[in-house]
Amino acid sequence: MTAAVPISLEVNGERVEAHVLPRLNLADFLREHLHLTGTHVGCEHGVCGACTVRINGEIVRSCLMLAVQTHGASVETIEGLSDSGEIADLQAAFRDRNALQCGYCTPGMLMAAQDLLRQKREPDREEIREHLSGNYCRCTGYQAIIDAVESTARARMGRAP
Amino acid sequence: MIVDIGELTELRGITVKGEVLTIGALTRHADLLRSSEIATHAPLLAEAIAHVAHPAIRNRGTIGGSLAHADPASELPACMLALGATIVVRGSGGEWRIAAEEFFIGIYETALSSQELLVAIELPVAQKHSAHFFHEFARRHGDYAIVGLAAQAKVSNDIFADLRLGFFAVGDKPLLAKAAVRLIDVAVTPAVLAEAVQTLDDELDPQEDQQASAAMRRHLAKVLLARGVAALLDRPHLNPGATA
Repeated sequence: MTAAVPISLEVNGERVEAHVLPRLNLADFLREHLHLTGTHVGCEHGVCGACTVRINGEIVRSCLMLAVQTHGASVETIEGLSDSGEIADLQAAFRDRNALQCGYCTPGMLMAAQDLLRQKREPDREEIREHLSGNYCRCTGYQAIIDAVESTARARMGRAP
Repeated sequence: MIVDIGELTELRGITVKGEVLTIGALTRHADLLRSSEIATHAPLLAEAIAHVAHPAIRNRGTIGGSLAHADPASELPACMLALGATIVVRGSGGEWRIAAEEFFIGIYETALSSQELLVAIELPVAQKHSAHFFHEFARRHGDYAIVGLAAQAKVSNDIFADLRLGFFAVGDKPLLAKAAVRLIDVAVTPAVLAEAVQTLDDELDPQEDQQASAAMRRHLAKVLLARGVAALLDRPHLNPGATA
């Protein structure tokens, strides 16, 4: 009985027109319809943070939103942040500090970390921990991730990382 | 069927009128956290919101959603009990109000019928001599609590003129602890506090789950009561667990 609904949104700066079933969640829309597979799906109920994306500039869980709810919105995924160079330094810091092993959580970690760094120029380690508290990593033990975010913040302030 | 009410802007926003702080149901946790009205007039809520999930969740989650969902381990229902909130409900029959104490009925269960919508909450603005306490034990910052306490008090000359203790994650709904009565209008001594802790023990009926046994929850709730009372009265030595 349910018909596909037309939606029009912006994804990583490009206009996207699509027809989606109302029950399709945003994470699946991004991955399966737009083939933007950098957005990872972990727990599928908002706990792990792997599917974090930006909508109208704010981070959200793409597994907890329906695609139809993004009609008229601007969605940014890890592909957008990566291709634009916005987080090139943060990505380099993750690599340099071994802040990833399997990499499954990394897109969500980068989204959350960049969100913090946009709000606060020089967060302390406790603030970094708190802002990333919604993102699970099962490999690194988190310390290296905190290191990478901290050193990126310092570098952006023009200080030695 | 799911109806997305996210575009109903009339349900969003924070207003202060006289002695009443009104929060629209669609006001997001992120909005509450940034609001100067909340920080000034309901500082307990401001403190509690920081413990509600994580930034990406707070950007979408709303106060109305949290209260109508009525998870007994969530922070906001207990805050509503502690703050003496009134819940504003609208249905086809019009609008009505219900005290928070009567709103929460059980696990994910409230006084709302399926034809009704929680549209706003009303809080009395914080008065002179108000004090508040919020603490929760959780495995990870932002997770649901193992046990938590949201408390609002009026303290005058080291005596509680009023005390409302909202415990969460201790049963099938938030608990407005009767133990508070033992502490109001009396000089709180270690013996009086011990009696209140005993009263709390009697009224608790915590459940066991993968996070904690019932006995552990019972223990932590009593720890929080002592800690909260000591903090509210600014008498650290009252808390038997405190290090000197």
